Formats: sequence, structure tokens, C-alpha cells
Amino acid sequence: MSDERTPTPEPGQDILAEIQAEVAHELEEERPPAGGPAYQVVGALVALVVGLGGVVLSYGYGLGSPRQPGPGLWPFVVSIAITLMAVALLVVGRTLTDSEKVTRSSVLPAVGLLTFIVLALLMPVIGFEIPSLLLCVVWLRFLGGESWRSTIITSILTVAAFYFLFLYGLRIPLPHLF
Amino acid sequence: MDVNAFLDGFGLVTEPQNLLYCLIGVLVGMLIGVLPGLGPAATIAILLPITYSIDPVSAIIMLAGIYYGAQYGGTITSVLLRLPGEASSVVTVFDGFALAKQGKAGTALGIAAIGSFVGATVSILGLTLVAPLIAGWALSFGDPEYAALALLGVLLVATIGNGNKLKAMLAAAFGLLLATIGRDSFSGAERFTFGSLQLTEGIDFVVVAMGLFGVGEILYNLEERHGKPHVPAAVANIWPSRKDLKQSSGAIGRGSLIGFVLGVLPGGGAVMSSLAAYATEKRISKHPERFGRGAIEGVAAPETANNAAATSSFIPLLTLGIPANASMAMLFGALLILGISPGPQLVEERPDLFWGVINSMYIGNLILLVLSIPLVGIFVRILRVRPAILAPITALITILGVYTINNSTFDIFVMIVFGLIGYLMKKVGFEPGPMVLAFVLGSIVEDGVRRSMLIFDGDPTGFFTRPISGTILAAFVLVALWPAAKAALARRKAATVAAAPAERDDADTPTR
Repeated sequence: MSDERTPTPEPGQDILAEIQAEVAHELEEERPPAGGPAYQVVGALVALVVGLGGVVLSYGYGLGSPRQPGPGLWPFVVSIAITLMAVALLVVGRTLTDSEKVTRSSVLPAVGLLTFIVLALLMPVIGFEIPSLLLCVVWLRFLGGESWRSTIITSILTVAAFYFLFLYGLRIPLPHLF
Repeated sequence: MDVNAFLDGFGLVTEPQNLLYCLIGVLVGMLIGVLPGLGPAATIAILLPITYSIDPVSAIIMLAGIYYGAQYGGTITSVLLRLPGEASSVVTVFDGFALAKQGKAGTALGIAAIGSFVGATVSILGLTLVAPLIAGWALSFGDPEYAALALLGVLLVATIGNGNKLKAMLAAAFGLLLATIGRDSFSGAERFTFGSLQLTEGIDFVVVAMGLFGVGEILYNLEERHGKPHVPAAVANIWPSRKDLKQSSGAIGRGSLIGFVLGVLPGGGAVMSSLAAYATEKRISKHPERFGRGAIEGVAAPETANNAAATSSFIPLLTLGIPANASMAMLFGALLILGISPGPQLVEERPDLFWGVINSMYIGNLILLVLSIPLVGIFVRILRVRPAILAPITALITILGVYTINNSTFDIFVMIVFGLIGYLMKKVGFEPGPMVLAFVLGSIVEDGVRRSMLIFDGDPTGFFTRPISGTILAAFVLVALWPAAKAALARRKAATVAAAPAERDDADTPTR
């Protein structure tokens, strides 16, 4: 195998590539269907907007000169790089399959996010205990499909554990009602 | 090497408090390794607030324990459920699960635990000897070298990982831009703050990391991982026989070396080394067809290598201040929180921390060996805990934890925003890892570049004429252009093949 132009890849590389393909396949089974070109375009467009916004804003902060770099020079350079890569992604990335479709099950994270926001809003007002209990109930019963019995027991135990851990164990003053 | 400092490090580790945090760290690491869902980087991110309330050395010992403990735990699910708990245990699935089906799950787990222990210990020995040398050498680095090194680190992590390279580099560039938010340390000018008082100090690394890794991954798991009950195979006979040990000893030896070397490289680490070690065993085996059908070397090699790599990836962090992967970026952030900037001066300025962390790994791995052989039954039982029960607990740890950093609800909202960003990034195929890493290194790169420009009197060629920074930047260019070059090469090869089909027939005889 001294011929340099030989098309057969080196045996070692071959095995590694084979394993990598197997691994990729293995992980694929776990994933929901790919989102398609629209997802890729949206991703690239968001990147493009960030890049262009960064270019405009950092130009406004003053670029200075190479000898005396202004506050805007570095973010300007980075934003240019983002813009260029976003354009490249827009051109070559349309056929990628690494996105994931938003399906009906995407409601679950949306509800989860909402409970985060509610907890953050309520905690300074009424302490962390009741909002935390609510979050547990929503996550266990409605997002996790646990039974009511398991939901109630787990929620109360969890909040009690956090109460003692933070207020007595670590002595961190969380806003609390009781 | 300063032997006294090394021994003092052991004294520090054996203090009851530090032993306890080491134990907690490796236990948590093993748990999250066993439970699919949160990876080590996300777990360390979620637990970062704890570094504010405990002793610095204990905190780092615990967080480090989570990282290498996770490598042990990941094996258990790979073998028993065909579900790799960690990316670095994916190749273990092939032979591990095959062995489990033949009723040899115990043997596979036992060999994996022993291999992990040997690999990690060899790697810590290497770390003990090599790290002070590298740190000593790197003391002469100036601003240009640091800027170049940090840039190379960001690029390597972006390009060596899985997934699309362009997207990874884009995510890294986002991270660099994000790091510029707040008051510019040179001119005092405010950048991207939009008049917000809270943003003038910049965005807190912990909050970003907890959002992107913690919340992002929690939300992502909420969507994907429910409703899949798995029943683990029975485990018996965990102590491997003499024959098994003999058969795997070569694989363990080679895996240790491969893991140590690849772990040092930024972006490489545990995942790449487990693949490489498995491939090596298959390549040199007299019976490669056994692999995938229950070859014990197929479990021993990758598990040894991923632990060796997990350990040696501490080298660039502790000696150069460059995190080699996302988990190391979390530890880097933890050190910054504690007011310690990791780098070559660490071994001189904070020998307690440097040697404390390194020496804690000897003990941590011993604990892990003990945990994973006799106590494997308990971890198998933990596999039966439903993810739905753990999800709200991790969610609460994250929200309450981030609040405690500054007693600020603003931080919770910033974290939620980054959580949403992290989730959406995953949906459209961007990995948040390079972004967090670049965010951590962002100010090092910017400050380094700007100070260098002052040194060079505005002449950027100065970066290339200094030997070390020039070499690093040359490596940067090589790595950046490598994917394109490889694609071009492949096209040319394909063209040659098409042009000369006759020649192809000759050369295509299998060489495996």
C-alpha cells in the first residue's frame, strides 16, 4: 500500500469512522425527527441579526486605531466574524439534519419555563415554600405524569428538604414565609 | 517538583471536611453518571452557587469529583440498559450490553471499574509529574501568548466536538461577544448594556452557565426523556475472574496512555479518547470480529481511557488556565468566583489548592473503586427512580441556587432567559458548550489582544514574530482550515477514483 493516491482509507481510520457512524446512529434513535430547512434558516438568520446588530452598535462605541484600540474594536471584529459565518451557514447549512422539530411535546418545556417565571415572581412576595410546592406539583403531576399520591408525597418532602437545607444546613437566607 | 507542597496537599485532603466533600462530589458524579439526562457540565453548573458558601479548596475538590465520578457512573447504564449515561460511555454500549445479554454484566462492570481506577491513577501520576513542569514553562508567557492560547482553546473545543463545525464556531463567537457586555475595563465605556444598571458589571458567568447548561438541559429533558421505562439486567458476580483480568490488562494499559494523551488536548478529552481506545483494541486484536459481540477489551479500553482523559484534562486548566472542555470551563468559572485566576502561577501562589485538588483525585478514585464494585447493586436500584421525580428537584436546586448568589431575582430572570436560549439552540442544532467556554475565555482573549497591541505599538504582525504565540497561531490557522482542507482532499480522492476505476479494483482489496 505504498501508492499515495490509493482510494482505500487507512485501515485504522476506517474502523474509527465506522465506530463514529455507529455511535451517531445509536444516539439518533433517541432523538425526535429533524426540523428541516426552515429551522436551519431561522437559526442562521437569528445569528445574522445578532452579528449585524453587534457590528452597528460596536461601531458606535468607537473603534479607535490599532495603536489605541477603542472599546468597540474587539466586539466589532467578533460581530463581523459572526455575520460572515451566519451568511455561510445560510448558504451551506440548509440541508443539515441536526435540528429538532417542535412537536406537541414541546408544550412541556414551555409550561416548565412558565413555572420558573412564576416562582421567580412570587418568591420575593410570599417566600419560596408555596411557589416551590406549586412547581413540584405541576412538574410531577402534569409534566411528569406521576400519580396524585406520589406527587403530594414527593412535593412535600422536597420542599421540606430544601427548607432545612437552605435555612438551617447552609444558613442561606432565602425569602421564606414560615 | 516541590515535594513538601505535594505532601502538604495530602495533609489537606485527608482533613475530614475535605474527605467529606470529596465523597459527596464523587457520589453526586456517579449518580448523575448513572441517571441519563444531566451531564457533568450541567451538574457542576447547577451546583456552582455552593462555592460561595464553603471553603475554596473543598469546593473545587467536590466539583472535580463530580466530573471524574460521572465517568464511572456512565458505565453502569451503558452496560445494563444500553443507554450511555455519558457521551464518553457510548462505545462501551456495544460490548458492554452484549456481555450483559450473555449474563456477564457483573464482569463487564467489574472490569470497567478496575480499568477506570487504573486509567485514572496512571493519569494522576502523569498529572503530578507533568503539571508543575508545564506551569513552570508557561510562566514566561506574556499577553500575546495568552491571547493566542485562549483563542486556540476556543477553536479546538468548537471544532473537535460533535456536530457541525460552522455552527460550533458561530456559538463560540456568540460567547466572545457576550463576554463584552458591560463596562469596558480599559476605557470605562459601557457596551451593550442598553442603559441597564444591572448589566454594567457584565453578565455573571455562573448565571449564564446555569441558564445555558442547567435550565436549558432541564427543559430539553422535559421534552424528550419521559415515558421510557427501562428494566436493568440482573447483576451478579461482579468480581472479574483471573482470565478476564488477563485478557483486559493490555487494553487497560493502552487505554490509560491513550486517555492521558488525548485528555490533555483541548476539546478532545473523554469522548474522543474512548473512541480511539476502542478503535485501537479492535485494530490490533487477532479476532476483531469479537468486538460488538461481547469482547471484554471493548469495555475495558474505552472505560479506562475516558477516566484517564477526564483526569489529564485538568492539566491545561491547572497549568495554563485554559479549560479543555465544558466541564473544565465550569471549574474555571468556579475558581474565578473564588478569586483565584487559574494559570501557571497557581502552583506557586496557591499550592494548597493546586496539590489539594490533584491529590484529592487519588483518594476520590479509590472511593469510586470501592463504590462501584461492592455497591453496584445500590446504583442499579437507583436506575429505577423515574426521571419525572428528579426533574422538579433539579429545577428547584437551580432556581433557589442562582438566587442565593446575590440574593437577586434579576439573576433568576437572566438565568431563565439563557435557559430559553440554550433550549432553542439545541432545537436548531447549536451546542451551547462552545458558547459557554468562549464566554469564560472572552475577557482573557480581549484583554490579551488589546494589551498586546499596545506592546506591539499597533502592529499585529507582532503576534506572529514571537516564537510561542506565532506557533500557537499557526496551529490555530491549521485547525481552522483543517475541515475545509479535508473536504477538498476527499473530493480530489473521489475524483481520482472516478477517473481510474481500474486502479481502484486493484487497491480496494480489504486490508483489515
